[in-house]
Amino acid sequence: MATLHTVNKSPFQNQSLISCLGHAKAGDSILMIEDGVYGAMSGSAMSEVVAGMGANVKLFVLGADVAARGIDAGRVAEGITSVDYEEFVDMAASCDRVQNWL
Amino acid sequence: MSEDIKKFLYVNRKAPYGTIFAQEALEVVLIGAAFDQDVSLAFLDDGVFQLTKGQDTKEVGLKNFSPTFNALGDYEVTKFYVEQESLDERGLTLDDLQDVQYEDEDDDYNEKPSIIVVSRSQMADVMADQDVVLSF
Amino acid sequence: MKFGIVVSAGPYTYEASDSAFNFIKAAIAKGHEVSRVFFYHDGVNVATRLSIPPQDDRQIQQQWTDLAKEHDLDLVVCIAAAQRRGMLDKNEADRQGKDADNIAEGFRISGLGQLIEMSIQADRTITFGD
Repeated sequence: MATLHTVNKSPFQNQSLISCLGHAKAGDSILMIEDGVYGAMSGSAMSEVVAGMGANVKLFVLGADVAARGIDAGRVAEGITSVDYEEFVDMAASCDRVQNWL
Repeated sequence: MSEDIKKFLYVNRKAPYGTIFAQEALEVVLIGAAFDQDVSLAFLDDGVFQLTKGQDTKEVGLKNFSPTFNALGDYEVTKFYVEQESLDERGLTLDDLQDVQYEDEDDDYNEKPSIIVVSRSQMADVMADQDVVLSF
Repeated sequence: MKFGIVVSAGPYTYEASDSAFNFIKAAIAKGHEVSRVFFYHDGVNVATRLSIPPQDDRQIQQQWTDLAKEHDLDLVVCIAAAQRRGMLDKNEADRQGKDADNIAEGFRISGLGQLIEMSIQADRTITFGD
């Protein structure tokens, strides 16, 4: 029984990503969308926290929102997988529930 | 025709009054109560501020909707999970929160507290146990 | 899979309605059903017939109207949230003695019960909001 969590706010401006990471269970997936994609960047003040707190979950980022923000694909942190909308749909279908951290 | 009852969790993470999310979330809970599902409310992060007692909105002119929490017991919405760590981070204790109660019809209508203080880890378990999670 | 979608932030100000729109298109493309889209909080403003977005930007309301028509989507605007924000269909306007209505084609105004019913019947409920 796994949850797909989505986070849509930048972690530099809002607690939602940290709160999500603090409540996700092992085996859950977390997908960063909209401004949430900034949480997926390597080399930021948040990168180690995200990697550390996210050690037992699967981390994803919505590629379309990464591209929109001019973040080079190479800057997405190691261990975070970029997905498209169709894969987002697949993830929502294959998890047991979706929880959106607004 | 019987339908499976779903577990609904309403997640409250925002403070009251600065935005409408707390109030409009409560409106969903009230209407939703008529559908006889297994309803729980979660209060974490700034959502714990929604339950503070002594909210006096006269001077700002907004509607004080906090009494509505106590009315939920009559609609069989009796599980208010409040996160301990969120309280601690904000310097709040259970004493700062209103005493939300319900009458337990299975126990001689004795009044019982609706607020269940849980750890972050227990809150995560509550969340993982739901069929539908609505966030505001 | 049957998806129920909630849009709970306003158009243009937030990306939420765009994310919801894109998700729905992808879900339909993959053969899933989108049983209802419920507009709540400022999301009700997506349904205004009166917006005149700049020509070089997406036309949010029109996109939803077109998508709903193409795929027979049920776009529901919450009556309580709508009344608060001045979003009225003709019936509501007449009933409440207002001199105008502004709901676009393809959207219908209904109660909060439609959200709960949607979540009871759908396999997954996803909220795009603030």
